[in-house]
Amino acid sequence: MELSGLIGYAVFFLSTVSIYAILALGLNVQWGMTGQINIGIAGFFAVGAYTAAILTSAPNAAHVGGFELPFLVGIVAAVITSSIVALIIGAITVNLRSDYLAIATIGIAEIIRFTFQNEEWLSHGVRGIADIPRPFYEGKESGLVFLAVALVSVAIAYFLVERARVAPWGRVLRAIRDNEIATEAAGKDVRRFRLQAFVFGSALMGFAGALYAHFIGFISPDAFEPVFATFIVWAMLIAGGSGNNKGALLGAIVVWLVWSGTETLVARLPADMATQASAARVLLVGVLLEIVLLTRPQGILPEERPKLIARRKK
Amino acid sequence: MTDLLQLVVYGIVTGSILALGAIGVSLVFSILRFAHFAHGDLMTIGAYGGLIGVALAGVSPIVALPIAIALAVAVALAAEFILYRPLRSSHPIILLISSFGLALILRSAVQLVAGPSPMVYRSGIQMPMRFGDIIIRPDHFWIIGGTLVIILALHLFLSRSKFGKAMRAMSDNMDLARISGIPAYKMILLTWVIAASLAAVAGVFLGMDTRLHPVMGWRLLLPVFAAAILGGIGRPYGAIAGGFIIGISMEVSTMFIDPGYKHAVAFALLVLMLIVRPTGIFKGKSL
Repeated sequence: MELSGLIGYAVFFLSTVSIYAILALGLNVQWGMTGQINIGIAGFFAVGAYTAAILTSAPNAAHVGGFELPFLVGIVAAVITSSIVALIIGAITVNLRSDYLAIATIGIAEIIRFTFQNEEWLSHGVRGIADIPRPFYEGKESGLVFLAVALVSVAIAYFLVERARVAPWGRVLRAIRDNEIATEAAGKDVRRFRLQAFVFGSALMGFAGALYAHFIGFISPDAFEPVFATFIVWAMLIAGGSGNNKGALLGAIVVWLVWSGTETLVARLPADMATQASAARVLLVGVLLEIVLLTRPQGILPEERPKLIARRKK
Repeated sequence: MTDLLQLVVYGIVTGSILALGAIGVSLVFSILRFAHFAHGDLMTIGAYGGLIGVALAGVSPIVALPIAIALAVAVALAAEFILYRPLRSSHPIILLISSFGLALILRSAVQLVAGPSPMVYRSGIQMPMRFGDIIIRPDHFWIIGGTLVIILALHLFLSRSKFGKAMRAMSDNMDLARISGIPAYKMILLTWVIAASLAAVAGVFLGMDTRLHPVMGWRLLLPVFAAAILGGIGRPYGAIAGGFIIGISMEVSTMFIDPGYKHAVAFALLVLMLIVRPTGIFKGKSL
């Protein structure tokens, strides 16, 4: 492979990993820190992606949008809409525990996907929204510019989540995760903290969705199927180490390496099996997830307890 | 009026399939204590298991039911031994996530073996039967009748047999059942056999009603959960009622809203139920 091809591939790889890393960080706030099982990642991802796409793309008679607003406006709007959606969903589901929350979130994410699939006026239905511009610069080097934007985005997300983890706020979340009743007894408003964590995590997922829309340039409901937008993120966080933000980043890299590695592998399959290639890949990632769960459930990087920030009074 | 009755008939067919799935989900939820996300894909396995019989022996899918059941039970027991038993000592949610992973493994395995395109048990047109203005396909009779027979058998099992009573006891109060000497692990295996058998039959019925496709069961998973929760977790009779309520609501809703939202109706009922009364109509337990 030529060097330019290799660089191009590396740029593509890192951009994709960055988007997934932000999703995994968002999930880490909800699951790793608070113990909330959100199997509706795809829903918030979709809300962010569609918000950014509608606001920044060129006019199209077939659906709303064409406002051609700047990239940053789209990103901010995506974070705001996904936060609002998360606030509404969270307010409804805040009392649900474990399995019930899992079932409710996946149900809601599917309702969101159905809505984008069926409301032609809003999202152009299954045909999706095309011509979403790359951030800041359209042209030959737009891939590199996007990578820079994506890396900065990961850095911001990582900073925020890591800051939250070591802060007293993160400590309350872990306390809720480990023993909700004791936390309640200690006078903490558990519902409030759970809701905050849910909205924070979902806002990051919406952020990732907006980046995804600008990266691919085209979105349709297919991209928000639970397999691609929810399952892989769970595999990443579990493999990397839930509760550990570095683990979330590492998991994103490792699982995406496997995922794109299998793409090379299945490319060698006979042509008539090409349609089954994606099935083979999902199978492999599924097996990988099960092996990690069985052999190393704490992930590659286990959770570290942060040291207390405030010194005890002497 | 005719339209409504026709949709109710379709709703009963869908409801039969959902009820069979929901009984299994409900039993697994109450005895093994986790939401089994691979249950829909167990239905898919059953449906394609039936196809093996149909394709090899040329028999009708009803006659091929034992093959479907054997395949789904084998998969469920393999999952129990390889995955669920070793994971039982870790956090319960790990079981849920592993079942989510298994769901994808099963679905992609089916797609690898059978291909991504839809299949049918039998091509050609079935002569529909007319009752006034209402049309019913012979397959629909098999589905509704088969479900009624299975529900009756299940009722006799749960109310008359030793194992059935033990199973209800475990679902009602696990600790009490254990100290009164019920062999817990045997009951877990029995739960898988029953849940997988029902899932297999539901899968074959679904294949008879529509077509076979690798995501057929996954698409039905949330309506199945909705039915189980609506009826109250751990209540087999509740699951049956929930199945018919969800099935009929889904089909009748197409009179008022875009059929594209048919599944969303089930999810909306589910979410509504979770908020208003998480223990379900029949007062199941909340985890």
